[in-house]
Amino acid sequence: MVTDVNIYSGKRNRIHPQKFALWTSFASIIMMFVALTSAYIVKQASGNWLEFALPNQFIYSTIVILCCSLSLHWSLRGFRKGDSNAHKIGMILGAILGLAFVVLQYFGWTALFAQGVDLKGNVSGSFFYIITGLHALHVIGGLAALGVALFHMLTLPFENKPQRILRYELVVHYWHFVDFLWVYLLLFLVFVK
Amino acid sequence: MAELITTYDTDAIIAEKGYDDHFHEHHHGDKYQSGFIHHYIFSMDHKIIARQFLITGIFWAIIGAAMSIIFRLQLGFPEESLAWLKPLLGKWIVVDEAGIGTLAPEFYYALVTMHGTILVFFVLTAGLSGTFSNLLIPLQIGARDMASPFLNMLSYWFFFMAGVVMFYSLFLSTGPFSGGWTAYPPLSALPQASTGSGTGMTLWLVSLTLFVVSVLLGGINYITTVLNLRTQGMSLWRMPLTIWAFFVTAILGLLSFPVLASGFFMLIFDRSLGTSFFLSDIFINGQALDRVGGTPILYQHLFWFLGHPEVYIIILPAMGISSEVLSVHARKPIFGYKAMVLSILAIGFLSFIVWAHHMFMSGVNPFISNFFVIFTLIIAVPSAIKVFNWITTLWGGNIRLNSAMLFAIGFVSMFISGGLTGIFLGNSAIDIQLHDTYFVVAHFHIVMGIAAFFGMFAGIYHWYPKMFGRFMSETMGRIHFWGTLIGAYAIFWPMHYIGMAGVPRRYYSFDTFDAFSHFDDMNKFITIAAIVVFALQLLFVLNFFYSIWKGKVVKSRNPWGATTLEWSTPIDPGHGNWPGKIPSVHRWAYDYGKDGIEFVPQYIPMVEGEEAGDAGH
Repeated sequence: MVTDVNIYSGKRNRIHPQKFALWTSFASIIMMFVALTSAYIVKQASGNWLEFALPNQFIYSTIVILCCSLSLHWSLRGFRKGDSNAHKIGMILGAILGLAFVVLQYFGWTALFAQGVDLKGNVSGSFFYIITGLHALHVIGGLAALGVALFHMLTLPFENKPQRILRYELVVHYWHFVDFLWVYLLLFLVFVK
Repeated sequence: MAELITTYDTDAIIAEKGYDDHFHEHHHGDKYQSGFIHHYIFSMDHKIIARQFLITGIFWAIIGAAMSIIFRLQLGFPEESLAWLKPLLGKWIVVDEAGIGTLAPEFYYALVTMHGTILVFFVLTAGLSGTFSNLLIPLQIGARDMASPFLNMLSYWFFFMAGVVMFYSLFLSTGPFSGGWTAYPPLSALPQASTGSGTGMTLWLVSLTLFVVSVLLGGINYITTVLNLRTQGMSLWRMPLTIWAFFVTAILGLLSFPVLASGFFMLIFDRSLGTSFFLSDIFINGQALDRVGGTPILYQHLFWFLGHPEVYIIILPAMGISSEVLSVHARKPIFGYKAMVLSILAIGFLSFIVWAHHMFMSGVNPFISNFFVIFTLIIAVPSAIKVFNWITTLWGGNIRLNSAMLFAIGFVSMFISGGLTGIFLGNSAIDIQLHDTYFVVAHFHIVMGIAAFFGMFAGIYHWYPKMFGRFMSETMGRIHFWGTLIGAYAIFWPMHYIGMAGVPRRYYSFDTFDAFSHFDDMNKFITIAAIVVFALQLLFVLNFFYSIWKGKVVKSRNPWGATTLEWSTPIDPGHGNWPGKIPSVHRWAYDYGKDGIEFVPQYIPMVEGEEAGDAGH
């Protein structure tokens, strides 16, 4: 996405408007999950609620996505400092870990299904699938953005110009966001059941 | 305008005191000016996008209003033949052997549903805040364009796609969705529930999901632009009230529409993947449905968590526009600027904690209802502050009664009339009698339908010179105003009495209810008034399009003698809005009649020893 950067030239903003816009969109994504988790609590309080244990895959996936965030953070720091190797390795590692997260989520769902928790069964299971599923969709969105960043990293010469740092920052910030969102969702799903 | 004596050499002042952002030193303008497609269709210029929103909104307003005329014909004249509508509605008009045509009941419900959906979302959300946020935010805060012109373009085209899907659903053989604009389950969750619940509802969900995306993209942009791209000197407390209103509107949309999206996702799961979020204890043809465990109330909570902020998403822009128009044409500073801003913020905050007042009769715990009653009634406080300030702004003003001003005053009138009935409905005890009657219909049509339209009309007449470089016809504008004001009261005032008598809304026919038969004449009267008002809106549409090409040409760049920055641009602002530097701002937006000077625009530096117009600065 290339916007007309000239609009901002000469402005004295502490935070770049595009980064601000990204953070604004986090508020909106948070509200979506706030709605789902509140609906979960309301429905749970009205009874007919099945409790089930989470398969271990979800614990592994949590570790994986945390590592993904760390390695992308390392990669961004490398980019800022002009360390091309840290930038490259961090990004590739991050992309692999991000992909692994989605795969592990999928294994988690199949394990849960094998336990007898069906999407169509008790509403508690439906809630679990819809919440984790919507989160996974947001992660896939992040993977697409990371894919574009990878493409740029592999095809463009290594230059840490402000505009390119900004673009990469937007990608990494989004990843940190879906990471923390997942930690919140996991804690919620573990403790509120 | 000849009466203005005050003139300013805008270009010279901006060149001397303005803020140089080096905008025109870069090469960028070509793609906006070259070629019809980039300039008028896939445009990234906020002024073009604003006009796209407006004209699309007008298109939908005509369709939505025409639908209301058809169902009003059914309500006012249930015995008359509608066979003449057969060419338009086809199989939805059933003609019997004697040649008498009747409206199919399924389609009556579809019309009611579509009327609500179209007017609330497509016209009064996209058509109102989409138009004026886009037009005014960059122009009034002194920005070259939106923070992300690309997302801005996407916002319009998502809205456009939502419209295409909804329009397509009107032509389905099973008809569009017919379960009410709120789409409560089970009518919306079970495709077999009614004719419109199948494909009609699927397309309704697709369309509104696209619409949510459009609102979010727009909202992110508006918030970012207001907070990041204000020109030098434009502090938050110097922003015109229009900008405050659009800003809070965008925040409301950003925080409430995702909740609706969550509800939609769960509804989609219930419809197509066999979950039971909203389904329990349902019998179809005597057979119990095997999907149990959910609750339809949950959907109502999710819907109204959007639905209530949504009514403020509709009314806040109208409030902001009216504040601005009242001040400009009364030639007086807005009364109580800070109180106005704080009221907007208070209304925005309270709008999130009153949603269950739509559900008093839905099986919500009566003790919880008390909480919602109290917060609902508290909204009357900031609303009353705003009304007081509008009236005191008019007090002693040098009022120009042109079309824009008439509609702004009409807005205040409608907001008072409709707001007062809100106090009745906000009480859960009175709601036992009044819920789901024509009293509710009268209340919300006056307070957020007509009032929001009046704010929108005030904005269109006022900023038309900025949008199209011409004026709309004053004569037609005044006929439009007086006819609409009287006609709107003629339509909705009687509905209060019908509602207090307990006549339920959304019913196709009252043939079997003897108790309501003495309202037949009143229903006829309402229908006739509705037809007259509809004809007057067509007059407005005629005026609108006629004036684009044939209206009186704007000769001076600040025809109303207003203080805000949009009138410091050239009459036809190009891409980037200002040809040279951006004006820098030295004062608040309401310096009218100060120290004997008729008006002082925001870009005029303070003279030595001058006190700021607003007491706080």
